[in-house]
Amino acid sequence: MRLLWDLFFTFFRIGGLTFGGGYAMLPMLQNELVEKRKWTTEEELLDYYAVGQCTPGIIAVNTATFVGQKIKGFWGAVFATAGVVFPSLVIISIIAGFIQNFSHLEWVQHAFAGIRVAVAVLVVNAVLKLWKSGIKDILGIIIFIVTFVVSAVFSLSPVFVVIAAILVGILAGQVKRRTKK
Amino acid sequence: MTFVIMFLEFFKTGLFAIGGGLATLPFLYDMAAKYPWFNEAILSDMIAISESTPGPIGINMATYAGYHVGSQYFGIPGGIFGAILTTTALVLPSLIVILIIAKFLERFKTNQFVKDAFYGLRPAVTALIAYAGYQVVAESLFRFSTFFETMQIGDLFVWNAIILFIVLMVLSRVFKKIHPAAWIGIAAVVGILLKF
Repeated sequence: MRLLWDLFFTFFRIGGLTFGGGYAMLPMLQNELVEKRKWTTEEELLDYYAVGQCTPGIIAVNTATFVGQKIKGFWGAVFATAGVVFPSLVIISIIAGFIQNFSHLEWVQHAFAGIRVAVAVLVVNAVLKLWKSGIKDILGIIIFIVTFVVSAVFSLSPVFVVIAAILVGILAGQVKRRTKK
Repeated sequence: MTFVIMFLEFFKTGLFAIGGGLATLPFLYDMAAKYPWFNEAILSDMIAISESTPGPIGINMATYAGYHVGSQYFGIPGGIFGAILTTTALVLPSLIVILIIAKFLERFKTNQFVKDAFYGLRPAVTALIAYAGYQVVAESLFRFSTFFETMQIGDLFVWNAIILFIVLMVLSRVFKKIHPAAWIGIAAVVGILLKF
């Protein structure tokens, strides 16, 4: 039971401290799940993001479900997911109930111009950490560059990128084992 | 009856919006056109609010719509009930799908095909995240649209943001133990004080 509440409150913190959606959540996930709690590794986090790209739902929720399930089965998944959603539920209910025009307030806009810079710093740091666990050889570097360029030039759905990368991975595995024999 | 329809609509959104927060937008616009729950003006306000509050936009919008509709029937308790109902509906499909996939992955973790697939996936996902990071950096530190209008190189850089970026970058590498949220708080205060 303690572990369930632990999951709930950890994801409550992550949900409450993430501004700007899925990718901005990554630094929080690395800090809370990989470094502090050691519930997952960087590799697993990448895998969750990969699966989240091509399954329904919001990546933050998907990652919470994955981690919860891994730590404490079905109820772990439910508690972690409830935790990550809860802050939005409270904050938006308050805004919907009382405050109109919240985002038009001048100081709110100044604050968010500042926050965007911090998010940029955090995401760059997160990517540098991921680089170490995600890219291990020449093929990895090639896949990285191709994916980056393709996303920059065409606005392709990530689903296609994910499918292509899976095929390349399987193909490379086959070739590697054939040549070893 | 409204509650049942709302539950089904948000469940459908949760089931078919693939690839994260912004993927829910077309479904939400569709709902705005079909039902009297919220209109497009509220939706665009909501996008702005979601950028300035924690949490994914899909969840925020579900909560907002649920609260709004519920409170029309039963006041604040109705609003809270509606918010919980729609949020649950949105989250439920991915909870079910991910539980199934997690079980599948547990069983096939040692399968060579699954291993190879993830070997190819990790650099690709790193690149997707890196590109999202590049967009965040470009949007907050540079003004490409102003630059292309005036063609003055000085208009390209948002100097105060660039300086804050460098300072935070150095500080976050020196003080690695500090929680990432602390940098967000500091940046918010700097943004208010220096009128970013």
